[in-house]
Amino acid sequence: MNIVVCIKQVPDAKTVRFDTEKGTLVREGVEAVINPFDFHALEAGFQLKDTYGGEITVLSMGPPQAENALKEALSLGADKGILLSDRAFAGADTLATTYTLAKAIEKLGPVDLVLCGKQAIDGDTAQVGPGLAVRLGIPYVTCVNALSVLDDGKTMHLRRINEDGYDMLELEMPALLTVLASLNTPRLPSLKGKMRARKAEIPVWDARELGAKPGMIGLEGSATQVVSTSVPTFEARREMLEGSSEEQVEALVSRFKEAGIL
Amino acid sequence: MLKVDIEKCTGCGECEESCTFEAIFVEDEVAVVDQDACTLCGICVDGCPEGALEIQGEQGLLATDLSSWKGIWVVAECRSGVLAPVTLELLAKSGELAGKLDTEVTAVLMGHEIESRAQELIFYGADRVLVVDHPELATFTDEVYGNILADLAKKENPEIILAGATAMGRSYIPRVATILETGLTADCTGLDIRAEDRTLLQTRPAFGGNLLATIVCPGHRPQMATVRPHVMRANAPDPDRKGEVIRILPGEDLLSHRVQVLESVKEQAEGPNLSEADVIVTAGRGFEQEKNVELAKELADLLGGTVGATRAAVDAGWLSGRTQIGQTGVTVSPKLYVACGVSGAIQHIVGMQGSEIIVSINKDAEAPIFDVTTYGLVGDVKEILPLLIRRIQKERGS
Amino acid sequence: MAHVNYFLTEEQQMIVDLARQIAVEKIIPVRAQLDENEEFPWDIMKDMAQADLFGLYIPEEYGGFAKGCFENCLALEQLAYGCIAVTTTFAASALGGYPILLFGSDEQKARYLPDIAAGKRLVAFGLTEANAGSDAAGIQTTAVEDGDHWVLNGTKQWITSGGEAEIYTIVAMTNKNKGARGATSFIVEKGDPGFSFGKKERKMGLNASSTRELVFNECRIPKDRILGRKGQGFIMAMRTLDIARPGIGAIAVGLAQAALDEAVKYARQRIQFGQPIISFQALQHMLADMATKIEASRALVYSIARTIDEGTKDTAKISAMAKLFATDMAMQVTTDAVQILGGYGYMKSYPVEKMMRDAKILQIYEGTNQILRNVIGQALNKEYAKK
Repeated sequence: MNIVVCIKQVPDAKTVRFDTEKGTLVREGVEAVINPFDFHALEAGFQLKDTYGGEITVLSMGPPQAENALKEALSLGADKGILLSDRAFAGADTLATTYTLAKAIEKLGPVDLVLCGKQAIDGDTAQVGPGLAVRLGIPYVTCVNALSVLDDGKTMHLRRINEDGYDMLELEMPALLTVLASLNTPRLPSLKGKMRARKAEIPVWDARELGAKPGMIGLEGSATQVVSTSVPTFEARREMLEGSSEEQVEALVSRFKEAGIL
Repeated sequence: MLKVDIEKCTGCGECEESCTFEAIFVEDEVAVVDQDACTLCGICVDGCPEGALEIQGEQGLLATDLSSWKGIWVVAECRSGVLAPVTLELLAKSGELAGKLDTEVTAVLMGHEIESRAQELIFYGADRVLVVDHPELATFTDEVYGNILADLAKKENPEIILAGATAMGRSYIPRVATILETGLTADCTGLDIRAEDRTLLQTRPAFGGNLLATIVCPGHRPQMATVRPHVMRANAPDPDRKGEVIRILPGEDLLSHRVQVLESVKEQAEGPNLSEADVIVTAGRGFEQEKNVELAKELADLLGGTVGATRAAVDAGWLSGRTQIGQTGVTVSPKLYVACGVSGAIQHIVGMQGSEIIVSINKDAEAPIFDVTTYGLVGDVKEILPLLIRRIQKERGS
Repeated sequence: MAHVNYFLTEEQQMIVDLARQIAVEKIIPVRAQLDENEEFPWDIMKDMAQADLFGLYIPEEYGGFAKGCFENCLALEQLAYGCIAVTTTFAASALGGYPILLFGSDEQKARYLPDIAAGKRLVAFGLTEANAGSDAAGIQTTAVEDGDHWVLNGTKQWITSGGEAEIYTIVAMTNKNKGARGATSFIVEKGDPGFSFGKKERKMGLNASSTRELVFNECRIPKDRILGRKGQGFIMAMRTLDIARPGIGAIAVGLAQAALDEAVKYARQRIQFGQPIISFQALQHMLADMATKIEASRALVYSIARTIDEGTKDTAKISAMAKLFATDMAMQVTTDAVQILGGYGYMKSYPVEKMMRDAKILQIYEGTNQILRNVIGQALNKEYAKK
């Protein structure tokens, strides 16, 4: 089974701070990590490979430092990593990103399955997966939290979560899935994997290498544009209720009455 | 590429201040760009008082005349024959936007045996309803729903398409945007119109709500957005409102799909689903044992709410993964959020800090949850919750 | 702020990072529950196996990484930062595996080491008996030749991973008249006829590790299970412990570091008399002593482990020093951490209570600290006799 996993390097939520005055992210001291959902996409790939064999290629579009994310994926067990990096990719929105990723996947040759995390925790858009599938002309299912492959090795059964419950779906590969955290427990890296990743060369594909049309990538290929950012202030409104448990409960009930909750 | 006009630049440092990516800084009294770090977001360009910054290679502009695109579309979502609350919220918002654009609101209703809902959409604010009623639409598939919507949009050229950021909307609306090759802003919490150029200003949270970004789609149409349930307010239905209902027969070519729905299972959720709930009572590690989680359920029932979980409570097997709130779970913004025995790891906080009133009960007065709390109670949840439950029951006279 | 530079290679840093990741992601979230339920951490053992940690010290030809005592210490320190009960189970596997590596025949190595390296089978080390603790020469378990077999009789006590491990390296007397020189090592496998386990011991701490008796009742094992030659058992046990003891020192350093982290974190948050308690000098001095002793122990353990890896002979004294100094330190630091957290420190809902309970075993197992002082003292006597 030829599997491509798309991953994104994002700022680690634990280290991110926000500047309320400037309305921006404080980049200083921020560590870059693999998007948490993408670990589950990788794990889904590893489990399929463990059962059906094949090769796992990990793709990431980003600045040169995103090489670290790919190396981490290798240390977990991916077979190869490819970095899509070019100044011309900068400013890409979903439309340009899916175009770029699709170009890379087409260049890789026939693929059975493309796996993505449900969404990236920085942008939270959850759009790249579906958009990429449309670009590749393959079916897709989002929010997958269980999957199995039937005996024919081509048909998949999937469980897609929605507000009221779930749908059981069937499709035939090639296909694209976006996965939820509840799908699996990601594995740890292994020492062998880490040693291999350290020595591994990560090929960097730029726009020319991809044969990407200039008008389709980066800012030029993007339809949306950020015009301003701000940091929402949660007004200092904290009130610690005082006294014994009974007194605190009493105070809370009177606040509930004021707010019309009771 | 971001260019600095060194004749105009005064080295004032505004750009350096505003850059999220540390990609521009002042050196020898002139702004210098780190092109590798720059993402061409354009914030510094708008903020430069001297007009010394310019992004070269603008976004590709659409060849067609933007003015040929008219009207606001709301994609109605109908689950089990009931209109999703977010649809009604969007109709109200669209009415407001349509006023500013002097245009009309069209609802697109897809499904099977759902035509009776068309009138309801009009009562809630639609001027026109496009009804696509077909047996193939009885179950949701991204392909069929997406193809039909994209096909309709190609024929009618709406200026704006809005949909709910529900499981369904977040799944197939990106398909439509990609087919139409236009921009889509996901999960918006605010929408407005910039009057001078009829641009839709789409405000959405990023980084789990810690950053709000306003996004536009300047050169492409339609302007598309999905909107979070529960952040906008629906109008009261007006049974006297009149509108036009147009039935549309989908072309056969639009009805084929490669994903088959084997079955749709409703899980007996306790209370309303999390993203639409007004009240959420969340159980965290502080409950210590599974049996104590009943207290959270009891309080939720009493307040007409639903129960959420932290990662720890899910990992301990007390509550199902679908109730997990936070970075890798659901993001919620109810009117009342009661965090019980929740320490407040950042991964949890990003999923709930948008709630209107946050009550936190934790035995550790230093727990980070109290930083985002409206009313804080320090104590053991196993002691405080029974007191609170009894007190509310008394208040209700039961 | 600068940290002490121990000049780790890139590979050594990888081992540190990997072990730390296991401690933070897999061990810390469940340690209180494992302790409370006295539960053996099989899931974590699988995680460690998947991460290749069981193969650290095993030669590459058997699927390991051929690393030394130092790398083993690096891993143990980080794992112990999470929980020393879990770490002890891991360390015990190396303790049981070393005799096979050091004294096993090629055939024995080929049979056992690949599974041990892959973490497929856990190993345990059986030396202690009811009447043979510090006085290892008091062993009463016997092994008698009977045709193609050895027949074992006797009971081993307080064996870490007893019942959970599948491979046991044990010491039995083949000639009682010869005292320590009459001891011989054997490999026993779970399922060998006549080999059974006593009940799981209930302990003050270290609750996630399993401690049981090994009972040999006319236990028959094939001839080829003897390790080395007859009479080498005691020497093997001592050689094994010499290599393993710095590891216990490393466990102590990891545990103490965890306790210090909790203490500083708490002292910065806890407000009394209108200020964080860390602003009181009495507390600052306690924390300063804790931090300094931890660093001193780390430096000692690392340099002794590296000395052992150089192939240095007669390391009994320095191995004992690494364990002695670091474990006494850990007892003191964890006790002080409880003191700093005050009433909260004594409560089970804060982790330092468990750390203090757990720390005590470090001064007792793998040679009590009193015996280790004897070892050091006797070595000094010998050294100075030559001068």
